[in-house]
Order: sequence, then C-alpha cells, then structure tokens
Amino acid sequence: MGAELLQFLVSGLTVGAVYALVALGFTLIYNASDVVNFAQGEFVMLGGMVTVFAVAAGLALPLAAALAILVAVAVGLLLHRLAIEPARGASAVTLIIITIGASIFLRGVAQIVFDKQFHQLPAFSGSDPILLAGAAILPQSFWVLGGAVLVFLGLFVFLEKTLLGKAVLATAANRLAARLVGVDTSFVLALSFGLSAAIGALAGILITPITLTSFDVGTMLALKGFAAAMLGGMGSPLGAVVGGLLLGLLESFAAGTISSAYKDAVAFVVILAVLFTMPQGLFGRRSVERV
Amino acid sequence: MTGRSDALLSAENIGISFGGLRALDGVGFAARAGEILAIIGPNGAGKTTLFNIVSGLYRATEGRITLDGKDVTQAPPHRLAALGLSRTFQNLQVFFRMTALENVMAGRHLREGSSLFADLFRLPRARRANAATRDAAMALLEEVGLADKAELPAGSLPYGALKRLEIARALATNPRVLLLDEPAAGCNPVETEEIDRLIAQVAARGVAVVLIEHDMKLVMRISRHVVVLNQGRMLAEGTPEQVRTNPEVIAAYLGTHGVKEASLA
Amino acid sequence: MSARWATLIILAVIIGTIPWFFPSGFYFRVAALIWVTALAAVGLQILMGQAGQVSLGHAGFVGIGAYTMALGPKLLGLDVLLCLPLGAAIAGCVAFVVGRPILRLKGHYLAVATLGFGMLVTMVLVNEVALTGGPDGIRIPRPELLGWRIRGGETFYWITGGALLIGVWIALNLQASPSGRALAALHDSEVAARTVGIDVAAHKLRAFVIAAVYGSVAGGLLALMNGFVTPDAAGFLASIEYVTMVVIGGLASVPGAVVGAALLVLLPQTLTFLHEYEQAVIGLLIMLFMIFLRAGIVPGLAALLRRRPA
Repeated sequence: MGAELLQFLVSGLTVGAVYALVALGFTLIYNASDVVNFAQGEFVMLGGMVTVFAVAAGLALPLAAALAILVAVAVGLLLHRLAIEPARGASAVTLIIITIGASIFLRGVAQIVFDKQFHQLPAFSGSDPILLAGAAILPQSFWVLGGAVLVFLGLFVFLEKTLLGKAVLATAANRLAARLVGVDTSFVLALSFGLSAAIGALAGILITPITLTSFDVGTMLALKGFAAAMLGGMGSPLGAVVGGLLLGLLESFAAGTISSAYKDAVAFVVILAVLFTMPQGLFGRRSVERV
Repeated sequence: MTGRSDALLSAENIGISFGGLRALDGVGFAARAGEILAIIGPNGAGKTTLFNIVSGLYRATEGRITLDGKDVTQAPPHRLAALGLSRTFQNLQVFFRMTALENVMAGRHLREGSSLFADLFRLPRARRANAATRDAAMALLEEVGLADKAELPAGSLPYGALKRLEIARALATNPRVLLLDEPAAGCNPVETEEIDRLIAQVAARGVAVVLIEHDMKLVMRISRHVVVLNQGRMLAEGTPEQVRTNPEVIAAYLGTHGVKEASLA
Repeated sequence: MSARWATLIILAVIIGTIPWFFPSGFYFRVAALIWVTALAAVGLQILMGQAGQVSLGHAGFVGIGAYTMALGPKLLGLDVLLCLPLGAAIAGCVAFVVGRPILRLKGHYLAVATLGFGMLVTMVLVNEVALTGGPDGIRIPRPELLGWRIRGGETFYWITGGALLIGVWIALNLQASPSGRALAALHDSEVAARTVGIDVAAHKLRAFVIAAVYGSVAGGLLALMNGFVTPDAAGFLASIEYVTMVVIGGLASVPGAVVGAALLVLLPQTLTFLHEYEQAVIGLLIMLFMIFLRAGIVPGLAALLRRRPA
C-alpha cells in the first residue's frame, strides 16, 4: 500500500510540476496585463516539438533543447509585439480572444512545419525505472521535478533580488503606479511573454519523454494550467506552483483510487469546492469591495 | 441622541474591523423624516464605511440598524432598497455603458410591474412598464438639470453631471431615506448651489437625508443635525452651531498644530 | 423604426432570400448549421454580453440538449420532437442548480468553474458508453410530425432559421426590457445595482438559465439535423468557439452573436481549399479581427459607418 501511494505521489508531482510551470506562465503574463494567455499551452508544445525535430535532424539533445527554448521565446516575443501590443488598450476579453486566435494559429502552423503525428524523446538518463521503497519511478520524473524546482528558485531570485524583477512585481501590484515611478510596463509585458514562453518550452522538453507530444498537446495543458492557476489564486506565483502540484496529485490519486476515466472530474470537483469556500483561490488576494 | 422613537433610520453602536484594524467603534446616528443629517469628519474617519454598513454592502461586526422600526442589521442592499433606503457613492458607481436616461431607469427597478416572462415576449405589461419607467426617469433628469443629456452615454458626462445623475438614480427608487456621499465633491460653486437646493427639496418632501460632506459651508447651511466622526469614533454631535464651536472638532479638523495657530491669530 | 425591428427585418430578409442564391442543396445544410450555432451564440450573448458573466461551459448545455434527443426516445420511449422542450427543461434545471453556487464567483474564477462544469458533462458523455455510445456518439431517431417525416437540408434550413429568428427576437426583447436593464446594470456596477434594489444573484441566475435553454434548444436542433451527436458538441473547444463568436461579433450586440457564429462556421467551410493551412489562417483571421475591430464586428462597423458622413 505504501509503495502504491508513493507511486501516485511521484507521478502526481511529475504531472503537477508541468501544470505548475504552465500556471506560472499564465501568472506572469496575467500580472503584467490582466490577459489570460490561452496560447500558453502552445509554448509547451513548441518546446517538445522543436526538440524532437532538432534531435531527429542530428542535433545533440542539450543543443536541441536550447534551440527549442529560443524558438518559443521568439514566438512569445513576436506574439506580444505583433498581436498584443497593437491591441493595447483593448478590453481584457478582446485580448484573451486574440490569444485564443494565436493558439489556433500556432497549432495550425505546427501541423504544417512539423506534422500531425505523436512524437517521443528518449529519456534524458535512461528509461529503466528506479525502485524506491517498492515504487517504480522513471528517472525522467526526477528531471521534471528538478527542472521545475530550478525554475521556481530562479524565478524567486529574479523577482525578489533583481531590480528588473522588482519592476515586474511592481507592475503586477499596480500598473499605473509602476508607470508613474518610471517602470516601462510595456517592456515588462514583453519580458513576461518571453519568460512565460521559456518556462512553457522547458516544461514541454522535460515532459515529452514521458507523455509524448504532438501539435495539439497545448490545448489540454493550457486548460489544466489555467485551472491550476485559479486554484492557487490568479496572480500569485506561489499559488500557481501549489495549484499545479495539487492538481497533479489530485488527478494521480483520483486515477489510482477512484477511476481513471473520471480523474479530471474529481480534480474539477475539488477545484470547485475550493473556490466555493475561497472565491479568490488558495493564495489569491482577498479583496474587500471598495466603494 | 440615537434610537429616538421617531427616527426613520437609526444606527446604534456600530463597530467593524478589517483584519484586526478597528475601522468603526460605537458609532451611531438617527435620521428623521424630512430632516437633513450631516456626517462630517477628517479623511479616514470612517464616514463612507458607515454608509457601506448602513446600506448593507458591509456587515457590521456589532451594532444594530433599524429602518422604520424594523431591524435591518443583516439585510442585503437590495432588500434595504425595497424598504426605502437609497444612496449615492463618493467614488462614482455610474452604469457607464448606459445612457444617462437608462441609468435613472435602472433606478426604477423596484417600481416596475413587469415579469421576466413579460419581458422576454414583450407583452403589453413589459411595454407599459418600460414607458412608465422612461417617463419617471425623464422627470427626474429634469429635476437634476440633466434632461438635455438624457440620450448621451453616461461615460461621456463630466464629473459634476455624474454626481447629479447618481442622485437622480437614487431618487428613482422612491426612497424614504437617502444617503448622499459627498454629493458636492468636485463641483463648482454654481453646481454646489444646485445640489444644495435639490437636497433641500428632497428633504422637504419628507425624505430623511443623511449626508457626508466636506464642504462645511454647505453642511452648516442645510443640515439640522451634525455627527462628527474621527478615527472611527464619535467625536461630537449636535446642531451645526454646537459642532462648529466644539474645541475637539476644531482640533480634529485643523490638527493640534492648527489650533495653536488659530489661537495665536 | 427602432433598431430592434431593423435587426429582425434584416435577419428575416436574409433567411428568406439567400436560398435563391444557393447553387446546390448542400448550402442549405451549411446555412442551417449557421442558424443553430447562432442560436446557441445568442444565448451566450445574453449571459456574457448583457449580464457580463463569462461561461467557458456553454457547450455543456448544447450537449445536454443534443443528447436528450437521443436518450429520451431510447430510455423513456418518448417521441423525439417532445425531447426538444424536455432537453430545454433539463438544461434549465441543471443551470438553476449549478448556477447558484457557480455564479457567486467572478471573472476568471467563474470562467474556470464553468469550464469545470463543461468538462464534467463531456466526461459523462465520453465515459458512460453503455448509455451515450461513448466517444463514437449516438444516433438520433428520425423525427415525424403527423405522419410526415422531417428530413432534408431544406426543411431543416427553415426550421433552424425560424428558431433563430425567434431566439433573436426574444434576446432583443430582453435587452430593451426592465429585466435586461437589470442585467446591464449589474454588468456595469454590481454595487450600484444592488443599492437600487436589483437582486444581483437572482438576475445572474436567470441569465444563466436562459442561456442554458438557448444552448439546449440549439443542441437539440443540431442533433435532429445531423441525426447523430458526439461528445465533441459539448466539448471545451466548442465552448471556446461560442465565446469567440460572441466576442468577435461584438459582446454588446445580439446580431453580433449571429455574425460571429456565421463567420466561425463559414471560415472552415470556405477555407478548405487551403488544406493544411486552414487552421493557421483561421487563427490569424481571429487575431486580425480582434486587433482591428476591438469592440467586435457589428459595433465596430457601426462606429465606422457613423464616422463617415453618408
């Protein structure tokens, strides 16, 4: 029984780490602009697909991964420059539909540039499961978890310790005030898009050896990442991480103990239950209606 | 003073805390039909918070509110509106996507004898309700001097006009108690005078008016009774004359430094 | 003539005359698909555009309507035509029960809650294979009215066109009524709406139930027309499409929802010649429309026309 629980725990955390990374991407862009970027999942797809095709073209894995992140960042910056920036001042819902358009566009381009097949990457350090207290754990899980932890720490240091990071936080707290004290909020938004793209792509690279990838994996991941971000409390990076991990764990335990067909249902019922008692999510800003 | 039997609206011993911060403590007032009561005090005194509690937007931690003898301490805003309490906002809460006329029409919500079914199928009942609402709203716009702006989007009106629009919308509910949160803020002297007259008219019809105002001249001129708050507590209350000469009030308003200056002058 | 009547007359004229220009019977099917899709979108416009409440689960109600057409005859032996109002009633009741807690949430939190609702519906449809046929879908019996078999693209064209006309009429009635004003008020400022006596929770719930009934009737007609339904009709992507239709057409505009639906149904049909480029072009067009007509197509074009002196 203990081994089984450990198994659920590790697989839940692995999937959850990916959700957390997607949720972080949502949070960064949301904080800079109030926009929920539904193309977030496509960054994950790009990370996986570019790496797969670069490796197939003969590139070494680390180089292929670096290339994939570069491509995703370029796409993220272009998305901001060509689609979000020209619509500056439009309502949040208009901007959200633009990102939905972008998501369809990127999926469409991906099926032309790549193809419609499923692809796999070889696991970074072998695929022989490591036996730990009776549970069989894929080495790739450690890569995912390790990568996620590095991103969380890196982001924390960036936000808390660098001037640029503080500008990002200031923009999140109050855009107008940030602009008044000289923060270039448009640059912060571009930066958020680039950063979100990089984080998403990394998630895609790390998880592809376990879950496969294809041109349309982004939709489901965006949906889960969004749900995770809301569970944690929109706008809170800590909430995104906790929400993502929690969602992964919920799915994993629900699949293992209740029904794998209804694992998503269980996860959503829990999210709904949380939101009914905490309408701002677990770590969201609690607001008194100011009038 | 509080809890007088002839009070239409009375708030007794109201207290509220926000995350450990005591915003109001032991505050109360009583408003009578046809009378203008002013609540004054420096910024942060808790005046708007008191309005938010009385109008049902916030729940008081303690205290009791009665409207026409009924305990309404726990009543939600739309119930209070049905019982005859209406208000305006310091930071405008205009329906910006609607026209000026539609804003006031929305204020007639409780007086419209229509039903969802009639509305969906545009039955005669819904059409009659719409026409009656339009007429009543137009008359109110007339009263606040905005009739010529009826069809303009509210978002395009200047600040002073929006203040009057909110008053018209509040009046549209046929209130017996009207709470006005700084109705003259940001208005020029001419507009202030218009609002002054409007408030007096409303009170003369028998409405109990409770007013938060910074314009001391306005307050002293039109109110019968004044309540002074400072840092969430009652500082003084009485007639305008009693309040104006109260040394504590002067100190709170001008700061102790100001009192010294005043006494030196 | 009021804008309301103008809208209705234009729509009626379009529905009444375009069949003259159809080169083949196939076009009746495409147009009928536009009318049912638009009916669902108009329902969502009431919820999103008029009441300002987001739903990422609208297709869930479309699915309830569609599957009632299959399950009513199968489980209860009901006539399939009776299942149309039955589906509407079920969707309305579900919305009433689900909407109560969900609508307490705001903005993105409401979005995720409605998303969850849509997912639950889809999951039941996919997983309860014995009942719903699972991912492969389920057949709908051919409808019969007084011995006359309802079939053929042309017949469904007129049925769906008529349904849309009624749907738009009702939505426009609502918009210009006391209830519609209450929705518009709570959309702009919930606080102010409450203080003028509007029971915000009750009015949001009404809008949610109305939207659900629209979605369900549209779903039922769609199922009847296709003779078949799969869980995709209730899926997340379908929900996102409805939202896109309403926003791209113009959130504040009832005819906007029809235009948005027409656009999103027609694009894939007319762009098939692009083959694999189709999706990319659709995505690109959605972005361009939103960048250049931010308020949506109908309000955006109306503003352009007004600016240019006639």
